[in-house]
Amino acid sequence: MNVIFPLWLIPLLPFAGFLINGLLGKRLPKALVTTVALLAPLAAFAAVLNAGLPIVFPFSSAYLGHAAPTSYIETFGTWLNIGTLHVDFSFVLDQLSLVMLLVITGVGFLIHIYSVGYMARDEGYARFFSYLNLFLFFMTILVLAGNALLMFVGWEGVGLASYLLIGFWFQKTTAAEAGKKAFIVNRIGDVGFLIGMFLLLANFGTLTFSEIATKLGQDPGWTGGVVTVAALCLLLGATGKSAQLPLYIWLPDAMEGPTPVSALIHAATMVTAGVYMIARNHVLFDHSPFALGTVAVIGAATALFAATIGLVQNDIKRVLAYSTISQLGYMFLGCGVAAYSAAIFHLMTHAFFKALLFLAAGSVIHAIGDEQDLRKMGGLRKKIPVTFWTMTIGVFAIAGFPPLAAFFSKDAILYAAFQQGSLGKALWFVGLLTALLTAFYMFRLWYLTFFGESRSPEIHPHESPWSMLGPLVILALLSVAGGWIGIERFAAFLAPATGPRAIDAGSGNLELILSIAAVAVALLGWYIAHAFYSQKPERPAELAVALPSGYKLLSNKYYVDEFYGATVVKPLLAFSTYFLGWVVDKAIIGGLAWLLGGISLFCGALLQRWQSGNIRSYAAWLAAGAAAVLLFVAVPWSSVLASIGIHLNWAGH
Amino acid sequence: MHLILFLLFAGFCLAGAINLLLQSHPINSALSLIVVMTSLAVLYLLLGAEFLAAAQVIVYAGAIMVLFTFVVMLLNAGREERTMGSRTYRAVGFPAVVVVLGVVATVILNAHGLGTASLRDGITTTEDLSRVLFTELLLPFEVTSVLILIAILGAVALARHGHGDPDEDSERTAAK
Amino acid sequence: MSSFFSQDVPLSWYLLLSAVLFALGVLGFLIKRNLITVFMSIELMLNAVNLSFVTFAHQWHAVKGQIFVFFVMMVAAAEAAVGLAIIIAVFRARATLAVDRIDLMKL
Repeated sequence: MNVIFPLWLIPLLPFAGFLINGLLGKRLPKALVTTVALLAPLAAFAAVLNAGLPIVFPFSSAYLGHAAPTSYIETFGTWLNIGTLHVDFSFVLDQLSLVMLLVITGVGFLIHIYSVGYMARDEGYARFFSYLNLFLFFMTILVLAGNALLMFVGWEGVGLASYLLIGFWFQKTTAAEAGKKAFIVNRIGDVGFLIGMFLLLANFGTLTFSEIATKLGQDPGWTGGVVTVAALCLLLGATGKSAQLPLYIWLPDAMEGPTPVSALIHAATMVTAGVYMIARNHVLFDHSPFALGTVAVIGAATALFAATIGLVQNDIKRVLAYSTISQLGYMFLGCGVAAYSAAIFHLMTHAFFKALLFLAAGSVIHAIGDEQDLRKMGGLRKKIPVTFWTMTIGVFAIAGFPPLAAFFSKDAILYAAFQQGSLGKALWFVGLLTALLTAFYMFRLWYLTFFGESRSPEIHPHESPWSMLGPLVILALLSVAGGWIGIERFAAFLAPATGPRAIDAGSGNLELILSIAAVAVALLGWYIAHAFYSQKPERPAELAVALPSGYKLLSNKYYVDEFYGATVVKPLLAFSTYFLGWVVDKAIIGGLAWLLGGISLFCGALLQRWQSGNIRSYAAWLAAGAAAVLLFVAVPWSSVLASIGIHLNWAGH
Repeated sequence: MHLILFLLFAGFCLAGAINLLLQSHPINSALSLIVVMTSLAVLYLLLGAEFLAAAQVIVYAGAIMVLFTFVVMLLNAGREERTMGSRTYRAVGFPAVVVVLGVVATVILNAHGLGTASLRDGITTTEDLSRVLFTELLLPFEVTSVLILIAILGAVALARHGHGDPDEDSERTAAK
Repeated sequence: MSSFFSQDVPLSWYLLLSAVLFALGVLGFLIKRNLITVFMSIELMLNAVNLSFVTFAHQWHAVKGQIFVFFVMMVAAAEAAVGLAIIIAVFRARATLAVDRIDLMKL
């Protein structure tokens, strides 16, 4: 493989940024901190472009005389070489990781620029950027990893960065608790990842993705059984990281972190790691229809579930959080129907419009003085125009209106779902319903925020600085144009990495009909939102009164957190306090320590009595010692013991 | 002849030693020890060490034991009192003594190659002794003289009335 | 009768006598309650050892054995002098010669 640009620069540059800002940030002038922080993702983006260009445009390589590479593999040396386990530090840059890297570094760079303005007056300015760069470091490792163990390093690392960033304002108890919750729930999912890795290792003897794919391809007997179990375990890990049922509970709480964090980590990049991991292991999942079905069902169920909760949330960021969970459900659905390229396509477009929505929401919050409650907003359309227009583009994009980005990607997923037999049609219907709900609550948010009379007349909103608005504009453009590449070309591009797109040719009409259905549903959602929040603003209150139990159920998030608290958290806490705390810690370990101390004291007391100061007793012990030495020297012990029957092997005695 | 002399003076030795243990007044013990010393001198003579026999009488019995007696009289040591000491010495010490004696005796009795002593054996003259002492072992000899000098200095320093403060010492002894 | 009495004395008897004297010395060290008497038992032990040296000097016809006895005597003399001086100093501080009463390091 002809390596034009070293791949290890891509993670290294953000890591350098992390070190500089983390160790020296407090002492450097703010301008320098900003420069370092922005340079890191920009340089990484440049490195990705440089390395990835030959993959995207094969003609240029041919022009240069090299054969067009489909993937770069760089190995830096052996990591583990124990018995039959052999793991290298190897980075793989193929089409799939290239797409992910472009999104991560590109959108990441834009969010870094936004953070310069958003966090300008925060005390922990340098710390924030060092954590962001740390996150980039780990995320790029995750994406570039050529084997599951290295990917796990990145997996855990982004969890750590997420914890640090969610709890960034750690003096706030809720933020610290949210960080803890995110990390712990992630770890529960990681158990699945680990067990999946163990199973892969046990059955294939290797953790390298390409080798596993080759082995699976060679032997057609690999279906069901252990492949299913391994795939399901990996799926558990993915649900933890990507906030699907049943491990989604951390993502809404993660909104305690600063808005750029929500945009970068909990919308565009980290939460997509689960989708990426499934796409990376797609050969494994392809061999297990049961696992694929489970992925699809979980994805669709989560999409619907989260959308219903999002209907009644009052915090602007919570609405977006549940929307993220819902859209991730779409991506899982795409993976579950083996349309991996469609899922990655939606991942890319989602990164654009979700980051845009979050950043615009941050701009709104910044404009009205850190207020996040929708019920206190209103009438901001004329006051903050740039934010308004960019957010509008985002809302229309997520609702799925053509020719904006999400229309193409969502459609690709729904179309692929429809084609997978009767289960597929049911999933398609669920996806369609979710699209309706998505349109409804996004337009609800739109109306409540920007239209009508201001419900907090004492606030004077001001537009955000251009450091914040610039990225908004760029992301808005990407949300508009991001889908124009079209699913066919995108799938063809990704085919070497994710397998060919399994679509029946000649069903163009069906595709058209389904697209029209999706757009119709989006329009219906807009209309309902308009009816409820624009024409007659008192209607939602009336509906809430009419269906009190339903409203309570939704606004309390189906009591899932309470359920987990009662079934998992409380027993663990009781176990820790009573058994581990009292029995193990106090009684056993404390008792052991007390015992050791007691032994020392006892021996000391004995010795104290021995050293009495009495000369005669000392003399007696002297004589005893002399007698012992004499005995040892003068008596032929080997023969004495041999006569008893004990034979020793002493030299020379 | 040799046997008679040996038995006689060995008996004196043992009697003196046992008497040293049995007497309660230290002056009696000192006198018994003198008996032991002189009997040992005769035994040395029987083994052909004439110079040592003389030295034993002159140095040990004549100087060291005299010193002991002086100190006993100086300190006016009385009969031994019964004190409440520890009983350890009995439980640990007596078996130790028995073991030591037993082991050594066993070793001695089982050793072969030990000769005999008789009156016909030659005596080591003082000349032979001094020939070796003043040529080969001259250095230890000189060092011994230094040793004795140090001992004298130490004894004088220790036994002087008052370690620096005469009044304090006599006060302390008066209070006690 | 005369043949019995004109026998030579085996050297092991001398050594046995030396061992017994030594054991008696240790015994005295253990059971005597007067400090000076304890010291005297130490002298007894030294003498017992001297006897065994002379015996072996006779056995191997080695003059050096006797010279060693000479040195032991010198050292015993020096030791007696210093030891008795210490006893006098201790007596001045404690006003007692009972071994069991002298059980503190600090005078």
